[in-house]
Amino acid sequence: MSDMLLLKDIDEPGLNTLPVYEARGGYAALRKALAMTPADVLSELEASGLRGRGGAGFQMGKKVSFLPQGSMDKYLVCNADESEPGTFKDRELMQKNPHLLIEGIVIASYAAGADRSFIYIRGEYVLQADVLDAALAEAREAGYVGEQILGSDHSLSLVVHRGAGAYICGEETGLLDSLEGKRGNPRLKPPFPANQGLYQGPTLINNVETLSTVPAIMTMGAKQYAELGVQTSTGTKLVSISGHVQRPGNYEIELGIPAREIIYGLAGGPPVGSEIKCWFPGGSSAPVLTPDDLDVPYDFDSLAKAGSMLGSGAIIVVDDSTPIVELALKVAMFYRHESCGKCTPCREGTNWTVKMLQRIDSGEATPMDLDIMASVQDHIIGNCLCVLGDAMAMPIGSMIAKFRDEFEAHIEAARARAGLTLGSVPADEQALLAHGTS
Amino acid sequence: MTPVPRLGDDARASGWDRSADPEKDPALIPDPATTDVPAQLRKAIEDAMARYPDSRSAAIPALHAAQELHGWCSPEAIEQVACVMQVTPAYLDSVASFYDMLENHPVGRHSVYVCTNISCSLRGADALLAAIGEAAADDADFNVRSFECLGACDIAPMASVDGVYVGPLSIDDVPQLLDDARSGRPVLPDKQLATRLVADPRANSQQFPPHAVEQGSSR
Repeated sequence: MSDMLLLKDIDEPGLNTLPVYEARGGYAALRKALAMTPADVLSELEASGLRGRGGAGFQMGKKVSFLPQGSMDKYLVCNADESEPGTFKDRELMQKNPHLLIEGIVIASYAAGADRSFIYIRGEYVLQADVLDAALAEAREAGYVGEQILGSDHSLSLVVHRGAGAYICGEETGLLDSLEGKRGNPRLKPPFPANQGLYQGPTLINNVETLSTVPAIMTMGAKQYAELGVQTSTGTKLVSISGHVQRPGNYEIELGIPAREIIYGLAGGPPVGSEIKCWFPGGSSAPVLTPDDLDVPYDFDSLAKAGSMLGSGAIIVVDDSTPIVELALKVAMFYRHESCGKCTPCREGTNWTVKMLQRIDSGEATPMDLDIMASVQDHIIGNCLCVLGDAMAMPIGSMIAKFRDEFEAHIEAARARAGLTLGSVPADEQALLAHGTS
Repeated sequence: MTPVPRLGDDARASGWDRSADPEKDPALIPDPATTDVPAQLRKAIEDAMARYPDSRSAAIPALHAAQELHGWCSPEAIEQVACVMQVTPAYLDSVASFYDMLENHPVGRHSVYVCTNISCSLRGADALLAAIGEAAADDADFNVRSFECLGACDIAPMASVDGVYVGPLSIDDVPQLLDDARSGRPVLPDKQLATRLVADPRANSQQFPPHAVEQGSSR
């Protein structure tokens, strides 16, 4: 119980309203922070070792410290465009405890010296955006947001901005373009948003869960917070578990516990009679792991060492009834749909991958195509402005590497169904060969 | 092998070479004196513009408001938004065509987004989409479409019906789902996400004393 920071009291009726939130000790952390200097708040955040919960896992305190000093307009943007397949933790936080997020935003903006802030929430989250709007009105009324907050020098405006359905707007620079009213195309970095972000001003961008953790750090102190979890991954983390498990949902865990404990202990494991085939440890962008990896500690660095990533903390479990080719096709089709089209490797690579996987299914592929497909993935990684293409290439590449036998068997079976065997050439290709082209 | 699909005029792809009518003059920023904008829509757009340091940031909220009124981002809707925001229709077209929730073609009033991403499809979303699509096929009021991850994998398979998340759905729920949406009743009240408790048993606070809230006591 004591390690519950984010989900504490979460289902209490009315927690989304100010009176209940205040009765549970809400906004005390803000008062505490405002009594300190911004530099002290910042050093608390740095000392907590809190790493970004959106996907990249960058140290939050360090990110805040990158913002330049000076009296220009600075911005804080909360990334609530939660679209990573399998992730639904921010939804729960915003819907049930919106004031926690608002409090975190005000404290973080104080540390960063930001005077304007935005919550970019995905357009599909209608209920959650309405809850946030209502909570924001209460907070404004009570003087927690606005001019000279609680009698201090710190002022902050906050706007809830609803998106319109685009995965790419979760990428920080794509989000900024979208917030400026354009298509959500990522920008070339550098300059990084800390120097030139929203409206060309210094901008701090953080995930909902990261900002919602800030009040807890202020309340319990950075030192005590850093004792939770493991050395390089401190604190607690919300994990969204879905797919083939008995009890899908959000769980709060201390970082560093074995993945087996989450999947089997908390979520009840796969349905009776089936076995885990593979699992995504951090959303569909993370390379898949197999049952052999279930004892890997669930934290940023251990998962990276195991060849995957913690990402957004969304575990998707896939059982042995699912053909791997079908899974790969689902993943690839998602990224093809969501690619913004700005960079060629991603735009074309995602499309190619989908077509090649469809060829496998229709029996037109040969095992050689697997190598071509793997090389397409290699050529996407690192060659685009953002990591959307990489986010397809990594899981697909890992599936080909880890389940090559099954891919080959699938190719073989599909060719047999289509009346082709290895070495035979389809009729229309024969016609081409006769003309000396292939 | 299947031949490459071609469009009517033998083009392989639509878009870059077909969108503009070369005979027509480029559309300019609409003149407020001659463009008729419904008062309600004008107010919604102006309110949105006032919220941001740069009024262009209001493009998405403004298009949402226009879509609500017109049913889709029709040329007329785009022109009205362009008139209030004082930008070119082409600029707004570029925005409207980027986002999944902004419609570029006339669609039914009731939107049913069925999530068909990984977690939902592992639990039967593709069959669900087919069933809803079939049941609503003759009803022009419905806009049934598959959608990428809607962020509710805990209630997979699920759908967003006019913005309300419901799940886990089975094929048997389909008739009632459509009926509820048609008649304006709350859609499948028992299956709405809003009523769902957090899965973590330690966070599940049903054991809260019933009067704790009113008394404002902090245990």
